Amino acid sequence: MATRTIAGKTVEVNDEGFLTRPEEWTKEIAIELAKEEGIPELTEAHWKVIEFCRQDAGATGKAPTLRRITTAAGVSTKDMFALFPKGPAKKVARISGLGKPEGCV
Amino acid sequence: MKKVLILGAGTAGTMAANKLVRLLDRDEWQITIVDKDETHYYQPGFLFVPFGMYTRSDVIKPRRDFLPRDVELVMASIEMIEPEHNRVRLGNGRTLSYDFLIIATGADIHPEQTPGLGEHEWGRSIHTFYSFEGALALFRHLRTWPGGRLVFNVVENPIKCPVAPLEFLMLADWFFHEKGMRDRVELIYATPLPGAFTKPIASKLLGGMLEEKGIKVVPEFMVEHVDPDARKLVAYDEQEVEYDLLVSVPLNMGAEVIGKSGLGDELNYVPVDKHTFLSNKHPNIFVLGDAAGVPASKAGSVAHFAVDTFGENFARYTEGLEMQPLFDGHANCFIESGFGKGLLIDFNYETEPLPGRYPLPGIGPFTLLEESEANHWGKLMFRWMYWNLLLKGRELPLTAHMSMAGKWLPTAAK
Repeated sequence: MATRTIAGKTVEVNDEGFLTRPEEWTKEIAIELAKEEGIPELTEAHWKVIEFCRQDAGATGKAPTLRRITTAAGVSTKDMFALFPKGPAKKVARISGLGKPEGCV
Repeated sequence: MKKVLILGAGTAGTMAANKLVRLLDRDEWQITIVDKDETHYYQPGFLFVPFGMYTRSDVIKPRRDFLPRDVELVMASIEMIEPEHNRVRLGNGRTLSYDFLIIATGADIHPEQTPGLGEHEWGRSIHTFYSFEGALALFRHLRTWPGGRLVFNVVENPIKCPVAPLEFLMLADWFFHEKGMRDRVELIYATPLPGAFTKPIASKLLGGMLEEKGIKVVPEFMVEHVDPDARKLVAYDEQEVEYDLLVSVPLNMGAEVIGKSGLGDELNYVPVDKHTFLSNKHPNIFVLGDAAGVPASKAGSVAHFAVDTFGENFARYTEGLEMQPLFDGHANCFIESGFGKGLLIDFNYETEPLPGRYPLPGIGPFTLLEESEANHWGKLMFRWMYWNLLLKGRELPLTAHMSMAGKWLPTAAK
């Protein structure tokens, strides 16, 4: 497995750039990954979604799908697209240091 | 007597009933199966109906013909599952109790979940082939359709048979060619996925095939609403795609009774262990087929391999033995690519579809991830296998576990 240094910390990543160990994630890493995803600044609304995803993944063992986030975190799909444009579930999963959501098989 | 109750006599429920009849001692076990109507649909056949390749008798047969005599079939809707009391309330007022419950209530389409989709243009300029009636209406529409912009849209994943959209488009390319009007038809695939398919190697190959056939892919398109009068799809990010004819796969959801009974996730699929299908919450409930919330394709082949492994585990479980993590997510799907050819993909939770030969390594006769006429014949032959072997739980010459024999790994993965 490849490693890379993000925000001064060396972490394990897979070939799509997702962290493979959620426990290595930090808020500083999230800020850097968000920039890579084209989000210059993480607002309170972003953090609310990120925190939900971290908690949910902690409980279920997998990154939540978009529908899971909109149903359980009370954020509308429209807002999700505004916060994390183009593929919000995948984007927020990567920023949150989680694997790719399993919605698509 | 111990009681096994199966909810749903579709592909998974019927196969489970046939499997259990053979595994369980009939002096000790009573097996009951519930469904709301008499008709068994061969759902993979719906794909061929719009193009006049299959008709009613190819895809519809009575459910009873495929159920063993020793299984009681109850015709009723399912009102409520009460896992705390180990019983199920039916629409006809009856209540059935169980020792073990097998949920096989499947998944269905929900056009009403997307504004503008299932309204006044439904069945006119908006169609689906994800129901028999829908496929038939589309067949009638295509007979006289003068051509124009045909847009195929998947509302949201997961859907039943994730390869069906690609097959529909490739068959449509062939169909319009044969009718001598391909030059008057634009074929567009608007999908929420980042490419043609979910898994990288297959996505690249299938994407290339679509391009060669002049089928345009609009990726990462999440439809928010349909404007049925202006004939356009509007996405959450405000992208728009105009159409003359929209063929839609509406949102797929599990049965409503699953949600009502508090057993489902946000799409009414039941969370289960992905290797044994045992419910996460209830130690006497198993979920088979499309109703199960597992990260495997919602497809008959998955249900078949799942039921195969489930039977073995169920026998162990009821004897107080520990279950084995037998199911590996194995799926195999023929993909019709038009002009009498097809592809075949074989994959599981861990391994994406790879090129090779199947089922005999190096020989075939089927070619994995590569077009051939053998695959097309395989797909057509499969209908006979489904009705005559698969549903009745007869042995197929295929193993439930995916095998790496006969598959070629890409150089980078070696």
